Amino acid sequence: MNLLDAVLFLPLAGFLIVLLLPREREEALRRLALGFAAATFLLSLGLATGYRAGGQFAFVTDLPWIRSPQIRYHVGLDGLSLWLVLLTTLLTPIGILVSWRYISKRVKEFYALFLLLEFGLIGVFVALDLILFYVFWEVSLVPMYFLIGVWGHERRIYAAVKFFLFTMAGSVLMLAAIIYLYTYAGTFDYVELLRLQAAGNLAFRRTEGLLLFLGFFLAFAIKVPLFPLHTWLPDAHVEAPTAGSVMLASVMLKMGCYGLLRFCLPLFPQASRDCAPWIVALAIAGIIYGALVALVQPNMKKLVAYTSVSHLGFVVLGIFTFSPLGADGAVYQMINHGISTGALFILVGYLYERKHSLEIADYGGVATPAPNLATVFMITALASAGLPTLNNFVGEYLVLQGAAQVNFRWAVLAATGVILAAAYMLWLYQRVFFGPAPDAVRAHVYDLTRREWTAMLPLVALMVWLGVGSETFLPAIRQTNAWILERSRATTEIRVELRVPLQEVRP
Amino acid sequence: MTSFIPSGVELLRLLPEILLVLAGTVVLVLEGVTGARRGRELGYLTLATLLAALAAAIAAYRQPGPAFSGLIASDGFAAFFRVVVIAAAILVTLFSGPYLRREGAERGEYYALLLYSAAGQCLMASAAELIVLFIALEISSIASYVLAGYLRADRRANEAAVKYFLLGSFASAFLLYGIALLYGAAGSTWLAEIRAVLRTPAAASDSLVGTAAALIFVGFAFKVSAAPFQIWAPDVYQGAPAPVAAFLSAGPKAAAFAGLLRVFMSGLEPVTANWEGIVWVSALATMVIGNFAALLQSNIKRLLAYSSIAHAGYVMVAVAAHSSVGTAAAMFYLAAYVFMNVGAFAVVSYFARQGERYVQVEDLTGLAWRQPTVAALLSVFLLSLIGVPLTGGFFGKFYVFKAALEAGLVWLTVLGLLNSAVAAYYYLRILVVMYMREPAEATAELRAPTGPVKAALWASAFGTLFLGIFPSAVLEFATNAAALKP
Repeated sequence: MNLLDAVLFLPLAGFLIVLLLPREREEALRRLALGFAAATFLLSLGLATGYRAGGQFAFVTDLPWIRSPQIRYHVGLDGLSLWLVLLTTLLTPIGILVSWRYISKRVKEFYALFLLLEFGLIGVFVALDLILFYVFWEVSLVPMYFLIGVWGHERRIYAAVKFFLFTMAGSVLMLAAIIYLYTYAGTFDYVELLRLQAAGNLAFRRTEGLLLFLGFFLAFAIKVPLFPLHTWLPDAHVEAPTAGSVMLASVMLKMGCYGLLRFCLPLFPQASRDCAPWIVALAIAGIIYGALVALVQPNMKKLVAYTSVSHLGFVVLGIFTFSPLGADGAVYQMINHGISTGALFILVGYLYERKHSLEIADYGGVATPAPNLATVFMITALASAGLPTLNNFVGEYLVLQGAAQVNFRWAVLAATGVILAAAYMLWLYQRVFFGPAPDAVRAHVYDLTRREWTAMLPLVALMVWLGVGSETFLPAIRQTNAWILERSRATTEIRVELRVPLQEVRP
Repeated sequence: MTSFIPSGVELLRLLPEILLVLAGTVVLVLEGVTGARRGRELGYLTLATLLAALAAAIAAYRQPGPAFSGLIASDGFAAFFRVVVIAAAILVTLFSGPYLRREGAERGEYYALLLYSAAGQCLMASAAELIVLFIALEISSIASYVLAGYLRADRRANEAAVKYFLLGSFASAFLLYGIALLYGAAGSTWLAEIRAVLRTPAAASDSLVGTAAALIFVGFAFKVSAAPFQIWAPDVYQGAPAPVAAFLSAGPKAAAFAGLLRVFMSGLEPVTANWEGIVWVSALATMVIGNFAALLQSNIKRLLAYSSIAHAGYVMVAVAAHSSVGTAAAMFYLAAYVFMNVGAFAVVSYFARQGERYVQVEDLTGLAWRQPTVAALLSVFLLSLIGVPLTGGFFGKFYVFKAALEAGLVWLTVLGLLNSAVAAYYYLRILVVMYMREPAEATAELRAPTGPVKAALWASAFGTLFLGIFPSAVLEFATNAAALKP
């Protein structure tokens, strides 16, 4: 039992204890859930300080779970998963804080499911056995389904079912691919698979590799979501309660991106490369399409939801450039998006708690009654739009730089997404916060409360830190990406790799 | 065939069946002799007998081997299915009592029929000879026909019983015809001897054998409600009393699969390799028909009936794999299926109330906020039926499709898994009405479940989750038992 296991299982313990408490004691339930989430976060800080770049995985636990076929409880952490785990453990207490008053009915179930969700999400990022990964993948699906369906807005049921079915359709194909991989390799263990592959014992026929790749890819692409598989996303994000939207956008979408980097690239290098042009095209289409649709949304939450489609396009683009800069930028952008879009959803949620409307047209002049809220929103909007010194700039820059190295036209097309981001964000800000405040706004909108400040402060601080102190975060990412990219080059690029040293040898 | 007088150990190998038949008769006689309506006490007696039979099944497994001149094979395979069908009967007995008392129909004959039916199913699992198998099937079936129409005054129950009886008789006839032809071709009704004969190429290519195998398959396909012989299931499950529907969807189905697997994996094993095609089509059709028809149902019993057809399809995928891995997967699947399906039916039976007034999916609206524990347990069963990890349903599907892929059935696997994604929709509908709508009138005067119902629900949930979190032991047992060597 090491620190990582503790971080993983503490939320599960919290889930069980919350379940056992009487439902009438709502305040105690909230405090308990917050206590567990906060303790998990504090423990997870130990992961960041204890993590040493070096060997492949840190904090490894490898225990047998099921004997035949052998499925192991094998978890570990590397530079890719480290920050995603921290993102999860940070956003869970924040999600509980923003739900404090917002969630007033079925309090016990809400917090129980929220902790179960955290368990599933952390598990996804640390599982090193394919079946274990699949288990966590699905385990995170169920609580989110209930969070949307029970505590969401009017069309919540439609959104929840759509969310579940889209994910399920993708994941069953992944399950088929996982089992096929097993019949081929005789193991579900990720590290073992990599070892087999390095020894040349895991070479697929071209179509076989392509189909396996697609099995995984489809599940991840739905989750990311990659255009045109994104249609579940606006529904789910808009209908979910604030905390649900935060976890969905900030963490669950990263499950897809994480899967691409963790499994698709290293295990199916040939197929990844074969498909890369198509995927890049879809990613760029998503960047532009998401931004354009966001521009014309009359609903704030939907606007933020579509910005996710656009921002996640950058992540996928970065991954499939196969360049170190692009991949580093993609991972960095995964964290950035988690912070800034999570913050946007929280702020929109704050506005909704005040005026019970998500329509931009119902607002105006909010800066007058709520100057602090306006300031925080401004910082977040600028971060999301990619202002230098704030977080998104770093990630987007790296992705664009990586893309430009491979194909300059990709970078040009993708860069329009950054321009559009400034447009939709500033226009949103202008319509909501500036101008004269209607009486309805004056009557209902008040400034940030202390609890609301507490939830936002860490996120704002991180936007700045990630924007100016990227060297805190990048080394771990860089090191992990380096070996992922080396793997992804394994079979296709041998010829190229041989050529480089030869040229150097020549005087 | 040394002696016609059974030895002690031979009796032990048949002890579960002997206990069940004796107890069934005792229950009938007791009620007749005392004349009093002592349904509750007879229920307890039934429960005690079933627990004793469970112990007997385990004791019989400790002394594996043939019995009664090789008519009975008390091996691991038999033990596995005996435990599964007896467990199903125990769960059903637990929540039958409250249901029958509500309907004013708790009489000894119900329990006697249940015991006889369970005895027939145990015998099906352990029969090593075709005539015994047929008799076992008939014991199980005839008791089931009567159970389906147990509520005499209920017209739907009568309709269910007649339909079940007529179509069931046809199926039995098919099976018997197949057995007769097989006897003609192989000159024996012992599975071991049939296998030995069919090993010779000349016998194996006999068209008589093919016809016989096809007829036997039809007979079993009916009993497990596999396409295209599934038509009866929805009407019967809908019409039969809810606990009986629970029982029909579990015990007889598991036992029929046991018979099917034993016949096709031992006796007919030499000739069934070339038959994958038929099973393939049947498996796919069963899954598709079950799942797509379930999408349209508003009556929850009917919905669960179609779902039970779909699940027969998944097990058929394991049969199509035609390997001992596939057999083990089918066994595991059926064990998980018994818990999750009987559990779901237990909730239906509890919720339906007098005269089964509330059996629409919509009636469950808001159940989660009136009876949170019941709703949570039903969620466990439904998530297991969907195949979400950490439930038995997930590992059932996982093992089934793993066996199929190992047998090279890639397309069947992909189509089957996509089917299970479709299936998620109708199970989710139940979760939606339970959790995502405000409580409605049908849940208003609902009382908390009584002790036995609670016990059935918790036991089913425990079984479902246990098989989902610690599947190793059961799977290993199934794997060892699946190598059917007659």
